Amino acid sequence: MELELHPLEKYIRTEKMPTTWCPGCGIGTEAQAFIRAVDELKIDPKKIVIVSGIGCTGRMPHYLRFDGAHVLHGRAIPVAIGIKLARPDLKVVVWGGDGDILSIGGNHLIHAARRNADITVIMNNNFIYGLTGGQVAPTTPKDTLTYTSPYGPDSKPFDAVKIAAAAGATYVARWSTAYPVLLKESFKKALQHRGFSFIEIISQCPEIFGRINGFKDPYGLYQKIRKIGQIRRGIGPFETKYDWNEEITLGEFVNKDEPTYLEQLSQIIKEAQESGQDEA
Amino acid sequence: MEELTKVEWVRLPLSTNYAVAYAAKDADIDIVSAYPITPQTTVVEKLSEFIANGELKAQMIHVESEHSALSAAIGASAMGARAFTATASQGLELMHEVLHIASGLRLPIVMSVAARALSAPISIWGDYTDLMNTRDTSWVVLIAGSAQEAYDSVLQAYKIAEDSRVLLPVMVGYDGFLMSHTYEPVSVLANSGAALRYIPKKVTWATLNPERPITVGAMANPDWYYEIKYQQVEAMKAAYEVVKEADAEYGRTFGRSYGIIEETDTDGSDLNVLTYGGIYGTLLESSEIIRKNGIKAGFARLRLFRPFPYEEVLKLAEKSSALVVLDRAITYGMPIAGPLAREVISVLYSHGINIPVYNFIVGIGQRSFTENDALKVVSASFEMLKRGQKIDESIYWGVRE
Ligand SMILES: Cc1ncc(C[n+]2csc(CCOP(=O)(O)OP(=O)(O)O)c2C)c(N)n1
Repeated sequence: MELELHPLEKYIRTEKMPTTWCPGCGIGTEAQAFIRAVDELKIDPKKIVIVSGIGCTGRMPHYLRFDGAHVLHGRAIPVAIGIKLARPDLKVVVWGGDGDILSIGGNHLIHAARRNADITVIMNNNFIYGLTGGQVAPTTPKDTLTYTSPYGPDSKPFDAVKIAAAAGATYVARWSTAYPVLLKESFKKALQHRGFSFIEIISQCPEIFGRINGFKDPYGLYQKIRKIGQIRRGIGPFETKYDWNEEITLGEFVNKDEPTYLEQLSQIIKEAQESGQDEA
Repeated sequence: MEELTKVEWVRLPLSTNYAVAYAAKDADIDIVSAYPITPQTTVVEKLSEFIANGELKAQMIHVESEHSALSAAIGASAMGARAFTATASQGLELMHEVLHIASGLRLPIVMSVAARALSAPISIWGDYTDLMNTRDTSWVVLIAGSAQEAYDSVLQAYKIAEDSRVLLPVMVGYDGFLMSHTYEPVSVLANSGAALRYIPKKVTWATLNPERPITVGAMANPDWYYEIKYQQVEAMKAAYEVVKEADAEYGRTFGRSYGIIEETDTDGSDLNVLTYGGIYGTLLESSEIIRKNGIKAGFARLRLFRPFPYEEVLKLAEKSSALVVLDRAITYGMPIAGPLAREVISVLYSHGINIPVYNFIVGIGQRSFTENDALKVVSASFEMLKRGQKIDESIYWGVRE
């Protein structure tokens, strides 16, 4: 008799277990919410490609049973756009850390948003560079510490929601690992969205960020994340807060329908060809 | 000698990464700009600690990529600051176009490289593919073989880079993991001021200065571009001499010097093994079992990869019946695929020396290379030598085909 370990097992590369993620890490919660979303939407897993850069989060394509590419640190978004243009029938998902998506790959994020490239970008925000062992990230909030900012970060953090929205993303949401069901629902919307969708997930890195900042166990850090995450409905992306002491606003802040990159591209080609024919 | 007695040292257990950070601190760098990457990261973590504790008065720029790390170092150096950065692997690759800017602008930046394999597939482990890819960037490339040497080499690197006959950036490489993350006893200066007697802070290079506006890096047309690049050829020639001078002066000041090639038992041997980096330690460890197997092998370690030390290589070749060259990188598409072996062969050929060169590719992506491997490689080479056999293709040691 074939024993199924879990109803969602078919989406997981069980042969790769255990993962390299530390006990208490939030990335697993995100992975589970994602495969639940895929399952509930009944998307054919053969129609999904996951692309990641480098980082703890970047390990995602190792563990989920979808076609996947683990590319260079920061370069997942352009690779995903290439995949999407070659095979528009596929759902192309980028999954990366805050360093991957906002530091070294930050330029790609804003340009993909500007073009309304028809991909989904999921950003795990654990406030720090996890894989390399705890250096300051562009998301590191004021009043928190990292190994390269032992007295606090020298600059104000990026608020990814505002950046994605300002750059033209047509779906923008921020959730935390404290709300896996809402996160799953948001994944469902993003996967069905036409154009560029961006989901930031506030997540706990207990082994590195937690330890440096005095959280003795994953639960303490998780509680902190639960407490600062305030869900607000009906507000725009620029009314949100990203503040470690007060509030990190959660919710869905942009959801609009605009022509995708491929549609805009096809339209220009069509128009150019038609006007060319006129001249001929 | 009198000078020597004045220098006080502290002996600390340090990884090569930490040794490099101590050296950068003792060189009193003004700025460090870096982006984390394994196995380099602890260099800059240590530096940020020094800065945070007030032991080093410098600005640390937490940039968003290595491309920006070297670019920021260029900006600071162009303003006359003593600039430092550190990287490895993909970080060094991402810097690649900036490497040419740093040398083309003749800026004496120093960078440490914890040598690591390249993607794809990802490997965080050590080999020298990243460093060897910098061959044509006009950087001076030193490769250290111990944590102590890495410390000393970073100080020497500023001496070389800032010499007005050179004015080129200098890279100090060493094995990722095998050196970057292992601890050795290292003597560091008790008082970093002593380092500044060896490398006084003096701006020897052309800098930007808004009082006297100039433009650096401006467009060069076919009428002058060539001559400007030829100046780098000359600077590299000068660097060859200055590297030796800097090492000798270091020896006079601090009591340690290394020369260009470190050698053990290379005189009157059956054959000599030439390599670079920490693997030399493994070779020395293996010397006893090799001797017990009836082979008299000598061992040599190259400390300087660019400018290529052809004189020392020739001297070594002249006293060798054969050279076994161990390379930890691959030049794809060449039958002799080891970057060092190729340089050696070209130097030997142009000087009419026709001894066998046995090139072994080892330690790729941290594939273990033990004393036993060293014995087998030397024995296999010795057998070929006895048969008068040469090779026209590198031997990929231990690969499963
Ligand atoms: C060009 C380049 N530079 C640096 C690195 C080293 N590196 C790997 S992951 C990473 C950052 C990890 O942080 P993040 O992207 O936030 O992901 P997390 O590990 O926290 O999930 C860095 C700097 C690299 N792989 N490539």
